[in-house]
Amino acid sequence: MSEAILSVSFAGPHVSVQDGGRAGLMRYGVPASGPMDRRSFAAANIALGNPADAPGVEVSLGGLALECVSGTVSFAVAGGGFIVEHAGSRRSSWSIATLRAGEKLTIRPGPWGSWCYLAFAGRLQSQQWLGSAATHAISGFGGGRLTAGARLSIADPARHAKREGGIPCPVSARPRQQVRVVLGPQQRFFDAAAISAFLSENWSMTDAWDRMGVRLAGPAIPPQAALDMPSEPIVRGSVQINGDGVATVLLADHQTTGGYPKIATVLDCDLDSFVQLRPRDAVAFRPVSPAEAISLSRTIAMGTSAYLHAIAGKGRDARAET
Amino acid sequence: MNTKFPERSFPVFSPVAEHSVLVEFGDRIDRDIHAQVLRLNRALAAAPFDGFLEAIPAYASILIRFDPLLCDHAMAVGKARQLLDHDLPAVSKPNLHEVLVCYDDALAPDLAAVAKSIGLSCEAVIKAHLAAQYDVFMYGFAPGYAYLAGVPQRLQLPRKPAAMRDVAAGSVLIAGPQCLVSTLTMPTGWWNIGRSSTRILTDDAHKPFLFDVGDRVRFRRISRAEYEAGK
Repeated sequence: MSEAILSVSFAGPHVSVQDGGRAGLMRYGVPASGPMDRRSFAAANIALGNPADAPGVEVSLGGLALECVSGTVSFAVAGGGFIVEHAGSRRSSWSIATLRAGEKLTIRPGPWGSWCYLAFAGRLQSQQWLGSAATHAISGFGGGRLTAGARLSIADPARHAKREGGIPCPVSARPRQQVRVVLGPQQRFFDAAAISAFLSENWSMTDAWDRMGVRLAGPAIPPQAALDMPSEPIVRGSVQINGDGVATVLLADHQTTGGYPKIATVLDCDLDSFVQLRPRDAVAFRPVSPAEAISLSRTIAMGTSAYLHAIAGKGRDARAET
Repeated sequence: MNTKFPERSFPVFSPVAEHSVLVEFGDRIDRDIHAQVLRLNRALAAAPFDGFLEAIPAYASILIRFDPLLCDHAMAVGKARQLLDHDLPAVSKPNLHEVLVCYDDALAPDLAAVAKSIGLSCEAVIKAHLAAQYDVFMYGFAPGYAYLAGVPQRLQLPRKPAAMRDVAAGSVLIAGPQCLVSTLTMPTGWWNIGRSSTRILTDDAHKPFLFDVGDRVRFRRISRAEYEAGK
């Protein structure tokens, strides 16, 4: 069995191995984890001819630098407007190229976006937990965080010459400054003025972010009643308001239950674009009815599926050369 | 603050984003309310509807997640109501687990403080903790953190004013009516009264978590030597 070996020379915080995630275990305190921007992650894999949920590397605003120690392997970079430097050339994310022994690859933040994905034509060898390589940040379970000195091994690496070049970046991959929410399920803790402030004021992202969630800056909207509710389930997208009235949007590695009231829940189909906002970017919340939420999510799912189908087609006839 | 809410008539069904419905059976921690959560939990497991993805039971509520391509909120609420309206098959006896705990001073940093603040000896605290039977009410916070209800009244203390950092995995923690055995090294404001060698994250692919919500737990005391041998 052939393999390609890469050595990590630098990795910023929150750079980790992810895959499609471990859904269905929230009842045991385990969130799904997986990529923050699931659509861009799938794009990187699909564009290479991989299954959409194959293990890959999630790169944060901290960036990543690595060197190919041995072997030859094609790779795809998708997500955000990051800058990719490879073997002396410079391109944007949303591209496919081939990494050879001795070559360096650097991915760092560019004009937009907070998360970028690196997928390989081959099987990234990674530790699994409960059937998934997705890294759960606070426990470190799964494939794990990448740090300087780490080695990545890719089994059965392939070179996909015909797939090399750009991957179309869909409009839906851009950050969204207006995200749709369904109010509740604990909006009863808030008076009309607080709900109106939540929906009409401009909020912004802060530096207090990680894979568990992002704190927002905006008006204080403290709950109007004692915080004595028994802990209730939390989902990815829950907008939780603490006792001081500060809002946090829970994300991929969220706690599965919590005792703070959730004023609203961001639609799951808007979260991939929401997480691409950067600290200090403005964001506003637009309420939709549950029925509108369902219909938006179906429309967006159709668009994503058509997009992934289209990029899978490119190079489908290409023969892998090893 | 302290506004009183208008009385709600339970169960309350609330839509969550485009993928879930929260079903609330009450607004406090209570065995009878939790029994209703367990009832719907079992019914969903026995008869999942088309598009059902998972159910997350908590103290007084359960979240039902569905695939929005196959189902919607109204359908999920309809299915949940249907299940609640039907007589469910008799419940088998809940599984009883024995969790081993060592109360040695070095592994029970808060035991003396707990004993002092409630005016009991350390041995009396241990005896009371061992005498109780606990119910697994829910998981939360982190993987494998199972909230066990049943701490005897006289051992119930509010959480500490400040969290302690780096509390070891396996710590037996209490706060209010709840007890839990931690699975990760984490900060906590709960009182650390012992250390367990029993693994909640079992590493067994067929049964990765020791407890299911609804199971019962009793603690059994072990010596420091048994703890060291078993960890």
